[in-house]
Amino acid sequence: MQKVQNNKAWWLVLPVFLLVAFSALIPLMTVVNYSVQDIFGPGQAFFVGTEWFKEVLTDERLQDSLLRQFIFSGAVLLIQIPLGIGVALMMPKSGIKGSLCLILLAIPLLIPWNVVGTIWQIFARGDIGLFGWGINQLGIDYNYTGDTLDAWLTVLLMDVWHWTPLVALLCYSGLRAIPEAFYQAAEIDRASKWAVFRYIQLPRLKSVLIIAVLLRFMDSFMIYIEPFVLTGGGPGSSTTFLSQTLTTMAIGQFDLGRAAAFSLIYFLIVLLISWLFFTAITHADKEK
Amino acid sequence: MRQTRSKNVGITLFILLLLTPIYWLLNMSFKTNQEILGGLTLWPQNFTLDNYAVIFTDPSWYNGYINSMIYVSINVVITLLVALPAAYAFSRYKFLGDKHLFFWLLSNRMAPPAVFLLPFFQLYSSIGLFDTHIAVALAHCLFNVPLAVWILEGFMSGVPREYDEMAYIDGYSFPKFFVKVFLPMIRSGIGVTAFFAFMFSWVELLLARTLTSVDAQPIGAIMTRTIGASGIDWGVLAAAGSLTIIPGLLVIWFVRNHVAKGFALGRV
Repeated sequence: MQKVQNNKAWWLVLPVFLLVAFSALIPLMTVVNYSVQDIFGPGQAFFVGTEWFKEVLTDERLQDSLLRQFIFSGAVLLIQIPLGIGVALMMPKSGIKGSLCLILLAIPLLIPWNVVGTIWQIFARGDIGLFGWGINQLGIDYNYTGDTLDAWLTVLLMDVWHWTPLVALLCYSGLRAIPEAFYQAAEIDRASKWAVFRYIQLPRLKSVLIIAVLLRFMDSFMIYIEPFVLTGGGPGSSTTFLSQTLTTMAIGQFDLGRAAAFSLIYFLIVLLISWLFFTAITHADKEK
Repeated sequence: MRQTRSKNVGITLFILLLLTPIYWLLNMSFKTNQEILGGLTLWPQNFTLDNYAVIFTDPSWYNGYINSMIYVSINVVITLLVALPAAYAFSRYKFLGDKHLFFWLLSNRMAPPAVFLLPFFQLYSSIGLFDTHIAVALAHCLFNVPLAVWILEGFMSGVPREYDEMAYIDGYSFPKFFVKVFLPMIRSGIGVTAFFAFMFSWVELLLARTLTSVDAQPIGAIMTRTIGASGIDWGVLAAAGSLTIIPGLLVIWFVRNHVAKGFALGRV
């Protein structure tokens, strides 16, 4: 659509600008302010420059949790994107069955995150949970509160359960947008199932997939409540992800300067990677 | 035909697997604690509603649900009120710094809530809003407003400019045109936006928990009370969890026909 140049449009954007500035800029400035000071108490703050940043960047605990975070987000994307596409391909095209699928798939997305943790806490327990009990019954020793690998797999499975539906729903709507004529043409050409997927469906899914990847990356990178409820970050610190490390530091230990420096680095990482995705999206839009 | 059948089997299986953990939660909420800890039973042997009775008779329990509903509703209203004009501006006009502003807005959706935890706490404490519903509602605007602007902008761009111009020729003032002509045309967009604003505010707990202590405490924070000296009260915990699923189900039922459209724009 041809847009008109009109700076008066700022008046329409002003409420949003003020609101977001209030709830984002002021807190962000506070964080920046803390990150360059050492605070002992009210009125006892000292300017320390980039000291905290240096310390944070060389802190082993943080590096570990950053590494864990990247592995987790990577695993999430590797599992959920293909699985989501698969589910979307299997969903009924229309009618009552289609909308029923839509609603049932959306249920995990609408459950408060702490309840998601609770559900899995109950479900995966060896004594009272169907899942944990079943696995143990199969003769596999499984205990998510004691074993690191089990804890990891449980957190990962929980996230797959929680968020694959989002990817599926996005892909589903992307698939619905493909005109029927495309499939008819493929049929005339006797294209195989794979060829239809590879050359018709996948390219058309591109823009939805970029958004799915972006959303799943951002949200998995900020994951906090679910593993916190499920494993409490343990055993040891094996499932402690970035947000939890940060929260413990800021609220638990009240280590303001260090937490603030860490916050900024954290935010910058998310912003940088998201910006790369965002450029990819706008680029894809232009090609259309 | 065989292919359709195997597809149907596949999707049914997936949905069944998806629902199993939820079934387990429901199952547990109807059991007594003795039965839960006594051994594994696939359905309640001694069906009981006691766990729900605990929640519905104790104000400190059910107020949690009311608090959550209040701040979620306030959030949805604020979000829509500020996002509608802004989305209109973004979809219709070029103005100074529009692209940067748009990205800056979106960048707030990317900010980890943990980053804002402490400053929010101090900000709302210092202006005397700590432990009020409005504080949580405002804090949730951080991620909901950018999202709402993004979704609405997509819907509004789908309405041709000619409508705007026609309304001006017919002598409509801008506010009258916006409310009487434009908003009804993007009804489903508003529905979808409200749905997502509701959803993200309803599921969030980290900020909601930090900004409240007693009067506006969300249900999620109250649920941690079930962990007492004598261990966890599994039955009540399961019942409380089951109840939190209902509002989401109701909302998706109302917007079920529009949600597909919202996803189709690829803007969630």
